[in-house]
Amino acid sequence: MRTNGLDRMLRKAFPAGPPGDLATRPLRLAVLSSSTVSHLLPAIRIGGLRRGLWIETYEAPFGAYAQDLADPASGLHAFGPDAILFALDTPHLTGGLNPAAGPEEAQAAQAQALRRLCETWRRARDGFRCPVIQQTLLPVALPLMGSNEHRLPGSRRHAVTRLNAGIRAAAESDGVDILALDEAAAQDGLAAWHDPVWWLRAKQAIAPSAAPLYGDHVARLLAAGQGLSKKCLVLDLDNTLWGGVVGDDGTAGLVLGQGSAEGEAYLGLQAYARDLAARGVILAVVSKNDAANALDVFENHPEMLLRRGDIAAFLANWDDKATNLRRVAETLGIGLDALVFVDDNPFEREWVRAELPMVAVPELPEDPALYAGRLAEAGYFEALRVTDEDRARGAHYAANAARVAAVSEGGDLAAYLAGLDMRLVWRRFDPVGLPRIAQLINKTNQFNLTTRRTTEDEIRALIADPHALGLQFRLVDRLGDNGMIGVVVARETEPETHAIETWLMSCRVLGRGVEAAVLRVLAEVVAEAGGRHLVGRYRPSPKNGMVRGHYPGLGFTPLAAEADGSETFRLALADYRPGPSPIVIAHG
Amino acid sequence: MHTDAVQARLTTLFREVFGDPALIIHPETTANDIEGWDSGRMIELIVAAEAEFGIRLTTREVDGMARVADFIAIIAAKTADRP
Repeated sequence: MRTNGLDRMLRKAFPAGPPGDLATRPLRLAVLSSSTVSHLLPAIRIGGLRRGLWIETYEAPFGAYAQDLADPASGLHAFGPDAILFALDTPHLTGGLNPAAGPEEAQAAQAQALRRLCETWRRARDGFRCPVIQQTLLPVALPLMGSNEHRLPGSRRHAVTRLNAGIRAAAESDGVDILALDEAAAQDGLAAWHDPVWWLRAKQAIAPSAAPLYGDHVARLLAAGQGLSKKCLVLDLDNTLWGGVVGDDGTAGLVLGQGSAEGEAYLGLQAYARDLAARGVILAVVSKNDAANALDVFENHPEMLLRRGDIAAFLANWDDKATNLRRVAETLGIGLDALVFVDDNPFEREWVRAELPMVAVPELPEDPALYAGRLAEAGYFEALRVTDEDRARGAHYAANAARVAAVSEGGDLAAYLAGLDMRLVWRRFDPVGLPRIAQLINKTNQFNLTTRRTTEDEIRALIADPHALGLQFRLVDRLGDNGMIGVVVARETEPETHAIETWLMSCRVLGRGVEAAVLRVLAEVVAEAGGRHLVGRYRPSPKNGMVRGHYPGLGFTPLAAEADGSETFRLALADYRPGPSPIVIAHG
Repeated sequence: MHTDAVQARLTTLFREVFGDPALIIHPETTANDIEGWDSGRMIELIVAAEAEFGIRLTTREVDGMARVADFIAIIAAKTADRP
């Protein structure tokens, strides 16, 4: 009712069309129907306005759409449509079917219904040279058998299914676009779309309460035809793409991925975004975060589905989100009205709506499990066909992904790391560091070579043991102090040989060359203690696959492999030549 | 629900549907008394009334609605268990 009221107010205020300073496109839509549609037209106009279309509507006289098409003196010809929508109801198209019919008769009746429909489309196209839209049939015919309805040749219920399939196939060859009411009814329930009471009262095949939704669906199609669908999905990160705040929780502390329902819920949105990108929707990130933290998740979190290379514009900084959205539009060379912004934070959503009303900002449900569905429901990215350009866009970002991956191994990343002014600060285990040492040892799962858990008492014993070396590491960079991020324990197990019992690091500093710097420290300390060899051990766990190649990567040579998958490696300190590193080492 | 309360809420509802904030309705008011009360507006009135009062009007009830008094009587009867 509000939609109708709004439409009346607008028509009253602007009887002669849209005000000149309004950036809308005019479009004339004729709705040709076998039943009442007048209650749907205001909603179509409002749906159009939401998408920048000023739609003038025309409704064929009741039950006379065929004459309207055929008669050159008809109202339809006078109207001169830019698009024609055939909104035919189910009884109209299935009326000729006889439930007692045998297979041949039923098939012939359906084929005839389809043929008539195709003729109608052709008449519309020949007469008006404009796009034609056909709505599919709502499954309003009642079942006569039940689940195995398809075994009754003359079933009207099953005929709806077959006619809808036939309509899609014929529409494909005739260049007609589909308004998929059958799928909408499958999504929302038939009762949300069709009410037998209103069908009887007013011959409304679409219930009045469904009018706003119907209008929105029609407007999506019309807007898509005019190139007015959204083009870019802009995603927030913390609590939108993953659970938790990466700046606080670290990459390893995020809720993301298999193993928890909530973690999988975030993957659901990522998967939907990735699939949208595969068909040509551009992805962007706008997040209040340190760029290094945000990137770390994309590059190092093993459960991430989206990768840095999938993101065409990546803005992680502390500027306000409206400013960043403007940058996204500018970078990508698209309008702000082509953006959809998804953010779990109501404050940010409100801010963007107030600052940039042309950006679509869906109201997200509280539960991340429902994020992707809500986004899909809104139909922002409605598209009529997949163009070569869309596919090319997907390939372009795939190539981009490959380039970004290459970069992370070479040039640009090295420059970035060099600019970080990293300092690795180390010291032997001490009572002050003990609680954090115990915490790291007992909670680090991924970058953990042996996953050996240790109590605080055992660590105290280790501090007192002259044959054991416990080292703790902190990483400080331009962006701040990352705190204690690494622990190594080595023990002299035989003369001149130290075995590395424990080597673990926090995931938030991965990919920065810290492990090489840690080895430099370890080699020095062991050499000072009279050692000449290091033996490293990798013991596989369900979570530490990422460090399988750790020792070979640092120049160790394989020593032995054991039945449980454990491997040992050796490094002769005499042969050890540390490579260049952007990390400065300091004791303290 | 008392008929006065129903009439008061119906007034708000009629004003919204007809877009006239000064509209006054009486029990004897019919479609002939209000400009724009056509079959389309009648549908809006019924849908709005069903939503406003949380009721469902039967086909027979709707067929019998001609005056505002009919609205009031049917709605009051259907909401008799409510204050």
